[in-house]
Amino acid sequence: MKQTLTLTINGKSYSDEVEPRLLLIHYLREVAGLTGPHIGCETSICGACTVMLDGMAVKSCTMFAVQAEGRSVLTIEGLAQNGKLDPLQEAFWNEHALQCGFCTPGMIMTARQLLADNPSPSEQEIRHGLEGNLCRCTGYQHIVNAVKAVAKAGGA
Amino acid sequence: MSIMQTLVQTAARFKPDADPDPLIASKKYVGRALDRVDGRLKVTGGARFTAEYAPDDMVYAAPVFSTIAKGKVRRLDTAAAESSPGVIAVITPKNMPRLVTPSLTDFAKLDKIAASNLPVLQDDSVHWNGQVIAVVIAETHEQAQEAAARVRADYDADEGMVSFERNKDKAIMPKDVLGEPPEIKIGDAEKNLKSAPVQVDATYRSPYYNHSAIEPHATIAYWEGDDRLYVFDSTQWVEGYRNSLAHVFALNRENIRVMAPFVGGGFGGKAGFWWNTILCAAAAKMVGRPVKLALSREGVFRIVGGRTVAEQRVALGATREGKLTALIHTGLTVTPDHARYAEQCTFPTRHLYATEALHVAQYVVNLDMVANTWMRAPGESIGTFAVESALDELAVELRMDPIELRRKVEPARDPTKDTEFSSRNLIEAYERGAAEFNWSSRNLQPRSRRDGAWLVGHGVATAYYPALRFPGGARVRLEADGTAIVQAAANEMGMGVATGQLQHAADRLGLPLHCVEFDYGDSHLPTSPMAGGSCQTLSILAATRATVEKLHRELLKLEQKDSASPLKGAKYEDLVARDNGLFLASEPSRGVSYVEILRKAGKPYLEVEGVSSAPMEMMKYSMASYGAQFCEVRVNETTGEVRVARWLGSFDCGTVLNPKTAMSQLRGGIVMGIGMALTEEMLVDGRSGRIMNRSLAGYHVPVNLDVPRIDVLFNDIPDPQTALGAHGIGEIGITGVAAAIANAVYNATGKRVRDLPITLDKLL
Repeated sequence: MKQTLTLTINGKSYSDEVEPRLLLIHYLREVAGLTGPHIGCETSICGACTVMLDGMAVKSCTMFAVQAEGRSVLTIEGLAQNGKLDPLQEAFWNEHALQCGFCTPGMIMTARQLLADNPSPSEQEIRHGLEGNLCRCTGYQHIVNAVKAVAKAGGA
Repeated sequence: MSIMQTLVQTAARFKPDADPDPLIASKKYVGRALDRVDGRLKVTGGARFTAEYAPDDMVYAAPVFSTIAKGKVRRLDTAAAESSPGVIAVITPKNMPRLVTPSLTDFAKLDKIAASNLPVLQDDSVHWNGQVIAVVIAETHEQAQEAAARVRADYDADEGMVSFERNKDKAIMPKDVLGEPPEIKIGDAEKNLKSAPVQVDATYRSPYYNHSAIEPHATIAYWEGDDRLYVFDSTQWVEGYRNSLAHVFALNRENIRVMAPFVGGGFGGKAGFWWNTILCAAAAKMVGRPVKLALSREGVFRIVGGRTVAEQRVALGATREGKLTALIHTGLTVTPDHARYAEQCTFPTRHLYATEALHVAQYVVNLDMVANTWMRAPGESIGTFAVESALDELAVELRMDPIELRRKVEPARDPTKDTEFSSRNLIEAYERGAAEFNWSSRNLQPRSRRDGAWLVGHGVATAYYPALRFPGGARVRLEADGTAIVQAAANEMGMGVATGQLQHAADRLGLPLHCVEFDYGDSHLPTSPMAGGSCQTLSILAATRATVEKLHRELLKLEQKDSASPLKGAKYEDLVARDNGLFLASEPSRGVSYVEILRKAGKPYLEVEGVSSAPMEMMKYSMASYGAQFCEVRVNETTGEVRVARWLGSFDCGTVLNPKTAMSQLRGGIVMGIGMALTEEMLVDGRSGRIMNRSLAGYHVPVNLDVPRIDVLFNDIPDPQTALGAHGIGEIGITGVAAAIANAVYNATGKRVRDLPITLDKLL
């Protein structure tokens, strides 16, 4: 029943025997041990599980791990390089764009996609671009400020 | 009230005040907008939440939920589940370990904290639609889920009572409301109402709400032998959970350790002790392996209760000048008999306004539902919706500016407690807010401003939440190198507890921030109250203050063994802590560093534990935070859509420890209030008691695009009765929000909506 899954995560190769029903988020968390992406709703609504798949932000709770065969996944753990935070990570910390931090890894990934699509978004465009990621703590404004700060500094 | 309580209250009233905390004047880190200490962990994915611990040999649990509200499970067919791949056990009442029935929260002791006092999977009875009737344990999450879906139940269903509308006539007055009387009468409010020149008398409704913290409840439990239990849990109160587990499993409290270093939001939903934690610990005991029970989002909706539905009457009698002659606020809420929690919706009315006569009363109807529980500003959130809407209706009747009306009804003393206020600057918050918001440009006349298809309106309402403190403990360890560790069981759900407490500890000890650590989130640490009721910050500040005082007294004793000490002959009261040591307040050059004191005493460290005093100040004074919520809404005349265009919250909440974390807390509260006003509603099937929208797709919390820019102002006036002059601020943000929106919608459209959420259909 199990099949071999081979993929790249954060630049590193992984190969595991997995059940076809295994969701990508469960693979990342339970098999690969990458617990940065979180599970908040299992229905693609909250966005806490967001990762980049071949450079596109996806909600990893609603795709099977085997659908990532041969592809490249970037999770929050892979964003900082040699201990140096990515500009979005810096900005989320500086601007207090987080409280409990549960939505943060997914929020940062979607923000990355947003800035890739639109390097200088307006406030409304930021709010629109991040509406698929729920935050119940911060009131969103600090998140908007963080994305603005990165856009102003020349992008992620 | 018992004779003992009366005696204590009387003693408290005559107890002289302590001097205000001297650190209010000399604070250095407190009040600064510092970055949160856990920021790096949280932006890198390094912060580990409960479901992310992975003890060796761990297995997975999946609950099976009832599909009836009331009755018995006649037959539970577990054969298919048991033979399903990977299944280790199916737990049913037949093989479930025998447990002690949980105790509801006792507000006199506040040690155990179960949300429901039903036996947990001990028999075949069903008490709400969604109750757990079996738990499957399997090697993987997927196997557990699959097998759980294969459990079949047949029921003998009774006709449960699940409809609020159909059972209102069965309302009863509860014995008490959080230890306070359910009813208070001053004068004859009904009589005054009838004879008042201006009257408002209306009923306000709000639906069931759900906390919807983004982290679903999770537990990992494992046992060492028969009597040592370790639990990671997404709880708001590690110690309350530890005590409750000890009770249910009949263990010594010392044998249980509950850990919650990071919690993904709680808002009250993780404070009550729910079945998932008990079931996980029981499952781990049964299978002899670590068990993870991470609830699905649906699972959270089914077994963790939210805020009750409510129907409140507010009636106001007033003179033409805007003086209240009658203030009546009665509330009807739901609580099942196994929860007995009457949400305190009349509490704000007890303390807010001057009136000649007052009548507040609360009633409950016992339905067969999941236990209702505290949700952000329980009572004050829905209570302010009712009373602040009514006050706005009165302002309309009087043709008076609503802020002017607030001035007319501002009391000199607490109207029901009959005490002074420790610190109340509500009118100042209104005035600062009005200036910043440009309130004076608002049109008193409804429906008088438009922008194309959009009607524009402005509203205002009072925010209110009590300043609570509970006794607590702390441990401070001063190392030979002059660094310090402060420890308290404390719970961090994202509020910024660790950051604020570090700022305080550094100032209290006179140390640089980087020389202090704060440990929390573990029931083995000194006792802390729950992260709830906005009490935690204040409680830990007081505990740390008491403990640092003890440390300083011991250091002084050690130091004075040296006859050449610069502190020779000094008393504790003569000292200030600064620049890494203790100095004479009167002679700033005379002092000695911590490193030097410990070196001379030959001590590698000095560790003390302290506890804060009983909160007598809460009896002597009326203590609360206040605020004025201002908003601009736009209502589409064609579709009825309401958009919040602008927000300003102006708060009077004592000394602000850290404006960065504080503003975020308040903004988050305001956004939850916007959800409460416009989008959120838990829908219960009036026939089956089933919660119909058990997902974030069906339960609509506000998204980024739903909210506008939110500005926050602080009076920043210290409360002389608290450590640092501070108040907790976790809940005040949500209060007054729904009323401000309803008032602005009225101002925009001329239509008064008294029924939350304010959806399009109510405006067409």
